Amino acid sequence: MAKINSLADLSKRREQLLAAAAANTNTIVNVSLGTCSIASGGQKALNVMKDAVAQNQVGNVEFKQSGCMCFCFAEPTVEVTLHGREPVVFGYVDEAKAEAIVKKYIMNGEMLDGVIPVNYTKA
Amino acid sequence: MEAVKKQYRIATRNCGFIDPESIEAYIQVRGYEALAEAVTNKKPADVWFLAVNSGLRGRGGGGFPTGLKWEITARNQADQKYVVCNADEGDPGAFMDRAVLEGDPHSIVEAMALCGYAIGATFGTVYIRAEYPLAIKRLQMAINDAREAGVLGKQIFGSSFDFDIELKYGAGAFVCGEETALIHSMEGERGEPTTKPPFPAESGYWGKPTAINNVETFANIAPILLNGAQWFAGIGTEKSKGTKVFALAGKVKNVGLIEVPMGITLQEIIFEIGGGILGGKKFKAVQTGGPSGGALTEKDLDTPIDYDNLIAKGSMMGSGGMIVMDEDDCMVSVAKFFLDFTMDETCGKCTPCRIGSKRLYEMLDKITQGKGSAEDLSRLKLLSAAIKDTALCGLGQTMPNPILSTMSVFADEYAAHINQKKCPAGVCTALLEYVVVAGKCVGCTACARACPVSCISGKVKEVHHIEQNSCIKCGACIERCKFGAIIKQ
Repeated sequence: MAKINSLADLSKRREQLLAAAAANTNTIVNVSLGTCSIASGGQKALNVMKDAVAQNQVGNVEFKQSGCMCFCFAEPTVEVTLHGREPVVFGYVDEAKAEAIVKKYIMNGEMLDGVIPVNYTKA
Repeated sequence: MEAVKKQYRIATRNCGFIDPESIEAYIQVRGYEALAEAVTNKKPADVWFLAVNSGLRGRGGGGFPTGLKWEITARNQADQKYVVCNADEGDPGAFMDRAVLEGDPHSIVEAMALCGYAIGATFGTVYIRAEYPLAIKRLQMAINDAREAGVLGKQIFGSSFDFDIELKYGAGAFVCGEETALIHSMEGERGEPTTKPPFPAESGYWGKPTAINNVETFANIAPILLNGAQWFAGIGTEKSKGTKVFALAGKVKNVGLIEVPMGITLQEIIFEIGGGILGGKKFKAVQTGGPSGGALTEKDLDTPIDYDNLIAKGSMMGSGGMIVMDEDDCMVSVAKFFLDFTMDETCGKCTPCRIGSKRLYEMLDKITQGKGSAEDLSRLKLLSAAIKDTALCGLGQTMPNPILSTMSVFADEYAAHINQKKCPAGVCTALLEYVVVAGKCVGCTACARACPVSCISGKVKEVHHIEQNSCIKCGACIERCKFGAIIKQ
């Protein structure tokens, strides 16, 4: 990343990044990959979803990783944001669930079980 | 789980939302704005003044006011000062620091730089335990990216402020979470504490003024600068501001990390956020503060949780471990578990801790074996008080807390172990008897065949009998019996 030389430079950089994010119409799949998420199968869930996306030739899907989502009881957890919709966090994502997320929710917008409700306010 | 918004995420605001390996993701969520703003438009004193006014207290366990620590370090004159981040998270069951480092490492980099600016330090060190390889990888990546972006290094954001960070690895000794022991370990010495004063703010790393803060404390800094001290001071209770991250574990449905405003009750944490006790069992107690804390019970469910209330209840905040126990947990065994931990982790420098922990453990072990006497109880109390008064550091001084707390709240359970030689929760194997309930036994012989020491006798279709003297209390018979005809008592 190019050097940021001032506060104004930082603000400009942030605006560019926000504009790029706003213009992004892809489906964003964010997999929780902290130590415990990986231990409970997060990486496997990610691989299964990547394969399912490739096999079914689903376009416009972007995979991302994040740290712990703090839902240890429901690991592995995956957050999916369909364009123009609120993000949804799915818990207990084993291989079958990972495949269903791609085939049902991402491809058809069909809701699945095991959605973790938003139970926090953020600073 | 109810969708009530009892949680308020400040320290974990980005955990699980942004890619921790991307500096751009952090910049998008106002990352480094607080630092750029501070070095451009604020004086160092403005920064520590904000920290003072926010009322933020150390999240590592002690609860010392962070702003005051920064102010003292800033006022001490020296040619070099240091910022240290304590990431030697060692409490059994606590992992909030790891979650922050793995989920939002840039927030720690930014907060350390802000601390450096406030106190006049140009160098920071993160003391992180080697058992956290992923946290180390992501933090190192964050530091490298920050250097490349000019957020760390010389003349940050075009100002005259220089700051850089390096990592030091700890080998996972619990005592190295104690600040003086941590500093010795960083200097290549044995990880042993020394008496305070001098406090690190006066003479710390290499004998220089050092501001040392916990990961979670640092994670609160950028939001305080962005939103203002008044905003932060508006959350929580009179003397404990902001939020606290707890690692909710044990016999509760929704285990995990939670971040809640100070002043929330245990009732709300365990039964609303935690979803209640597993398997419909009865709530018995919750251990806060890990091996340095104590047990809180049903009558404490409505107490607002903050630093001072927990201490008044004979426990402490600690780093935020919260272990929920139900009716099947034996409190003497719980105290023994924590003493086993501290006995292993004592550094051995001072006698009260080194030998005292061993003696306390032996007495507890005796009680769980059914060999305890009434004198053991008074000896436990006497020795605990002596250790609290004479141990060198926080580890030793707080080590008797699990014993004192369980002895005062669950005196009847200690009495049952000593007088009736019974463990009411059915945990202490030496005090249990496996017996056959005559009315339920159909004489199928399944238990007798499962018994590894062949101590179950009885003919087919007749009530069986367990020979107590030979029984090794392995529980194989209970698992095998389909009729619920064998019970522990």
